[in-house]
Amino acid sequence: MDIKDIIKPENRVYAKSKILTDTPMHYCPGCSHGTVHKLIAEVIDEMGIQEKTIGVSPVGCSVFAYNYLDIDWQQAAHGRAPALATATKRLMPDKYVFTYQGDGDLASIGTAEIMHACNRGENIVVIFINNAIYGMTGGQMAPTTLLGMKTSTTPYGRNVELNGYPLKITELIAQLDGTCYVTRQSVHNSAAARKTKRAIRKAFENSALKKGTSFVEVVSSCNSGWKMTPVKANEWMAENMFPKYPIGDIKDV
Amino acid sequence: MALKGAVVVDRERCKGCSVCIVNCPTQTLALAKEVNSKGYNFAYMENPDNCTGCTNCATVCPDTCITVYRVKV
Amino acid sequence: MAEKILMKGNEAIAHAAIRCGCDGYFGYPITPQSEVMETLMNEQPWNSTGMVVLQAESETSSINMLYGGASCGKKVMTSSSSPGISLMCEGLSYLAGAELPCLVANVVRGGPGLGTIQPGQGDYFQSVKGGGHGDYKMIVLAPASAQDMYDFVDLAFELAFKYRNPALILSDGVIGQMMEKVELRPMKPRLTEKEIIERYPWATTGKTPDRKQNVLTSLALDAAVHERLNQTLQNKYRQMEENEVRYETLMCEDADYVIVAYGCMSRICESTVELARKDGIKLGLLRPVTLYPFPTKYIQELTSHTKFMMSVELSAGQMVEDVRLAVNGKIPVGFYGRLGGIVPSPEEVLEAFKEQIKKLN
Repeated sequence: MDIKDIIKPENRVYAKSKILTDTPMHYCPGCSHGTVHKLIAEVIDEMGIQEKTIGVSPVGCSVFAYNYLDIDWQQAAHGRAPALATATKRLMPDKYVFTYQGDGDLASIGTAEIMHACNRGENIVVIFINNAIYGMTGGQMAPTTLLGMKTSTTPYGRNVELNGYPLKITELIAQLDGTCYVTRQSVHNSAAARKTKRAIRKAFENSALKKGTSFVEVVSSCNSGWKMTPVKANEWMAENMFPKYPIGDIKDV
Repeated sequence: MALKGAVVVDRERCKGCSVCIVNCPTQTLALAKEVNSKGYNFAYMENPDNCTGCTNCATVCPDTCITVYRVKV
Repeated sequence: MAEKILMKGNEAIAHAAIRCGCDGYFGYPITPQSEVMETLMNEQPWNSTGMVVLQAESETSSINMLYGGASCGKKVMTSSSSPGISLMCEGLSYLAGAELPCLVANVVRGGPGLGTIQPGQGDYFQSVKGGGHGDYKMIVLAPASAQDMYDFVDLAFELAFKYRNPALILSDGVIGQMMEKVELRPMKPRLTEKEIIERYPWATTGKTPDRKQNVLTSLALDAAVHERLNQTLQNKYRQMEENEVRYETLMCEDADYVIVAYGCMSRICESTVELARKDGIKLGLLRPVTLYPFPTKYIQELTSHTKFMMSVELSAGQMVEDVRLAVNGKIPVGFYGRLGGIVPSPEEVLEAFKEQIKKLN
């Protein structure tokens, strides 16, 4: 069978979601952000909730998430996205409100905001991208940076005496009574990406059911920050990040 | 009955990260020798006969530049 | 006859919020303004008007809740006192940068640092010069009575939405804690979502097929774009300076001398003017109601027939700088202030005034 006979609209089984804009993403080649953006777009598309979804973008590489998902967005100050989402959801309870935050944003400067939003059980979705580094500012140590991991502010590797321990904030979040669904996923291969998409869908559905906060961590790669090729970064992530940040549901009530 | 697939890569959007290539179970994809206007070697079907249209490549593509087609033969 | 109720200035803010159609209050306890949130929680407006009231985990969070609420085109407010406002300055800069309307009430206490819970006016610079980073301004209203506290809530929201800009009520511990009769104004309903979409097409109400996505951000990495955004802000501020200056005067028409004072100090200086007039001194009082925009032009006009101006503040001398800028060297400008939460009496101010004019001759 000729390729031309296969490439016909009626045979199309995968295409870019219309929620994704045509703007080329500014992310580095192979960056997990793009994959997660796509999965969120597909969930919004499949649930038919474009008109009811408000996103809150963070400070960090994904500050420009609003350029890629064709929905209404608020761009928050560093770490404060859960506060914006709290007010937005409380003032417009029929909307789907989600924050999209990195590890510096959520697990360092924004710990108070995320803890209290989750503890109040705000009916929002939190997408947490954990790539163990500050990407946007040039690869500095994040709270989730692994011990021994080299970054521009831990040039000899993260060391406990100097820098303390990697923060497993998702496990802390799961302790809070306000959260209904806390999970850790990844997008390094197609099976993992499909699972992550299901987790994101479930999180959005929970928000409509007023079950409390749904929290989806995505263990991600930052190949530029890690100074690896995209493929190598995904391998390194599976080998080194997953033992510290195990994949799977932590809480589902 | 077998599945026969094909992918179309948006060459200009592709950044040549190769994540699709390693996720392809049938070794269909490879990076082209040529580069796009941004200087990236883009992914293409090196072995189009292998493609089953499984969508693994498109699912993991961070830049969503792969469209997948599939027929039953 | 409209209903008049005896209440604290802080309580007046809470009642005004409910009655003027405010959609949400987000706050954090701090003396001397805690009555605002306490009154709201007691009134339970979520059962009457549907207004949301939420105690946040910090002032930082409160102001960012305002960013979220304001982005939705909602009338949202918070209140705090000096140290809390310092924490909010980051958020205020973002709100100003994203051109979002909101109301912040500052019931000022003495600083710096934890300072004192007694009244102060040391937050003038922070309020009118922009406490956060970047070139931005807030509309700043200075109430001098519990009735002002009530009325300025509605006025501040009106101005905030007119200019898509944060508005600040700069009060103080005296006005916040003082009990006075307050006339309650007629109830205004909250806007419906449909009305918000019609009036505020920029709001994040959910992207519909008939419009482009709405994005509320203060970020622009392109230098030319960012300069244009700043120029838009500056043009807006010039319009405020043209249209929104508000002030009150007492016996300024024939005055040889003028005291400039706002908030609780303007109330005290009213008595100082009366005392001075009894002594045959032609003293007048200028009370700026808007501290930004400042009544610069009126002060310039006053210099044509006055010999001396004195700024009286509960600070080490902050508003006096704007008085001097307005006077621009035409007449001498003096200052009298007390610190630490000490509020001077009318007699004390008059004495200080007499001392200063003695030195003029």
